[in-house]
Amino acid sequence: MGIWGFVRSKWLYLLILVLALALPLAHPNRYWFQVVIISLVWSIATLSLNLILGYTGQPSLAHGAYFGVGAYAVGLLTLKLHMSFWLALPTAGVLAALVGLIIGVPSMRMRGHYFAIGTLCFGVIIYTIAGNWMELTGGFTGLLGIPNPNAIPIPGIGRISFANQINQYYLVLVLLLITLFVMHRIVYSLVGYGFMAIRNNEVLAAAVGINTFRNKLLSLTISNFIVGVAGGLYAVILGSISPSAAHFNITFYLLLYLLLGGVASLAGPILGAFALPLIMENLQFISEYRNLVFGPLLIIVIIYWPRGVMGGLVDLKQRVQNYYQFRKAGAARAVASAETDQAI
Amino acid sequence: MELFFQQVFNGIMLGSTYALVALGLTLVLGILNVSNFAHGDLYMLAAYITFTLIVNYSIGFWPAVLVSMVTLAIVGVFIEKFVFRPLRDQSPINPFIAAVGLMLFLETFVIVVWGPRGQRIPNPYPGAVDLFGISTTQQRLIVVVAAVVLIGLLQLFIKRTTMGATIEATAQDREGAALVGINVNRVSSVTFAIAGALAAAAASLIAPIFMIAPGMGALPVMKAFAIIILGGVGSIPGAIAGAYVLGMVESLGGGYLSAAYKDVYAFGALVLVLAIRPTGLFGKEEH
Repeated sequence: MGIWGFVRSKWLYLLILVLALALPLAHPNRYWFQVVIISLVWSIATLSLNLILGYTGQPSLAHGAYFGVGAYAVGLLTLKLHMSFWLALPTAGVLAALVGLIIGVPSMRMRGHYFAIGTLCFGVIIYTIAGNWMELTGGFTGLLGIPNPNAIPIPGIGRISFANQINQYYLVLVLLLITLFVMHRIVYSLVGYGFMAIRNNEVLAAAVGINTFRNKLLSLTISNFIVGVAGGLYAVILGSISPSAAHFNITFYLLLYLLLGGVASLAGPILGAFALPLIMENLQFISEYRNLVFGPLLIIVIIYWPRGVMGGLVDLKQRVQNYYQFRKAGAARAVASAETDQAI
Repeated sequence: MELFFQQVFNGIMLGSTYALVALGLTLVLGILNVSNFAHGDLYMLAAYITFTLIVNYSIGFWPAVLVSMVTLAIVGVFIEKFVFRPLRDQSPINPFIAAVGLMLFLETFVIVVWGPRGQRIPNPYPGAVDLFGISTTQQRLIVVVAAVVLIGLLQLFIKRTTMGATIEATAQDREGAALVGINVNRVSSVTFAIAGALAAAAASLIAPIFMIAPGMGALPVMKAFAIIILGGVGSIPGAIAGAYVLGMVESLGGGYLSAAYKDVYAFGALVLVLAIRPTGLFGKEEH
């Protein structure tokens, strides 16, 4: 497949990418730009939840707490230890992954919804600690005045400062693209197939020689590293965090984005993480009551459309293809039978 | 020593409400394989219904509790029919997510109707009681006694009535139960009704002691889940024992170590038990 073939098969994604890169040219107003940037952060976090929940089938519901660990890590490292943001961000990921390992090993002993409930309980522990450990986390007031990412000096050009929204936008966008690339590599690799085998049938996966425990732990660690980074970005973009960054509501919102967008797809989480916050912002006048809409929406989607919007689109495409293939096959059969007739 | 017994009694009281919440939840989980996360919001809704009946309609405490229980039983039946029944044959995570949707809805619904601020139900029995040197209030004593009575009634219902037998049969083997002519849909409805009523009883009894607020259901339901996992899923004695153990751990931990972290002990105990015995204290081995 040459470059042209690639463009032809992926034109929609390329178009979205070009539009995303060009967005700052449209001079969006500050408020909406901020909403878009935060949506990019949610996209990264939702993609990470998708790896462990969508592809590996493990409903890790401490994800909001890992997000909080990443946010607090960046906040504390840059504020209290004056560490460079560029060092603090990967450290946040590593810390979230470590916390995930500590929580993951005992919770991996549970399966299915017990795992979900167990991890949710762990999430509450982290939230409670974030709210009560006054000396470290500042209690329920949280951390204020988290500095912008340090400027990067580029020889010959000057310095790239991250004090403005446009550069922050590109920073998050680049990290989202990296996340997407990594996810793509994982999902279509042998490791990814191993994850999906565990999701589809854990006993069978173990029987064919997949070390299920190690694979689940690997998936969790990668997923947590990414969500930790997303949390770190969240902290630095907002400039302040409170324990609500580690609340289980974050987990629920990530779940909502993931399920409405389309679980176990790469585009679905991004679609969900973008569409819902934007809709929510548009519904500002009912902002307090939006869950009156989103709650039932979640129920309806899970009943009638369990694979979300992307799943629905894939089904539709499949049906259209089947229809055409059926017609083509019918035509071929007609030709074949005509030929047989001639042979006789 | 007096402080110790005081804390033990508080632990028993907490354990009693946890037991009522956890029993409904374990019935639903064991019988229908639904981890109903919205159970805590049924608990909260019940507290608000009792509040309205007592404060706005000046109905007595006990009739209000009864009405609240009946209302929640009906709500439970509706939820089962319209939310969980269509999801019965899907992977267990899907009903859980539907429950999260229900939770978001109910919490906002209560905020819309009653406002986001906390409310207080006037305590119907504020009198102090001296019980073997432990001073407590009548209401706290009532919570403990009522819980014991309700647990006893539930046990009688399940062990001595035909309906109870069908519930147990469905818990053991859904298809087998359907095969011998048990209407599993009716069993599901009844189970949800019982769960709703028990949650309502727990909430209404404890509401005069603590504040009621739209977010009050989140922690009890998570603790109830912890209790169920502690006690072993689907095990009624396990849920009761787990509830009292947890109430005690919380009360003693809160009294002697640090009150701010009392919610952590519950989940810490869960972690400890799971690390040693993943199927819980009374749970059967997985099959």
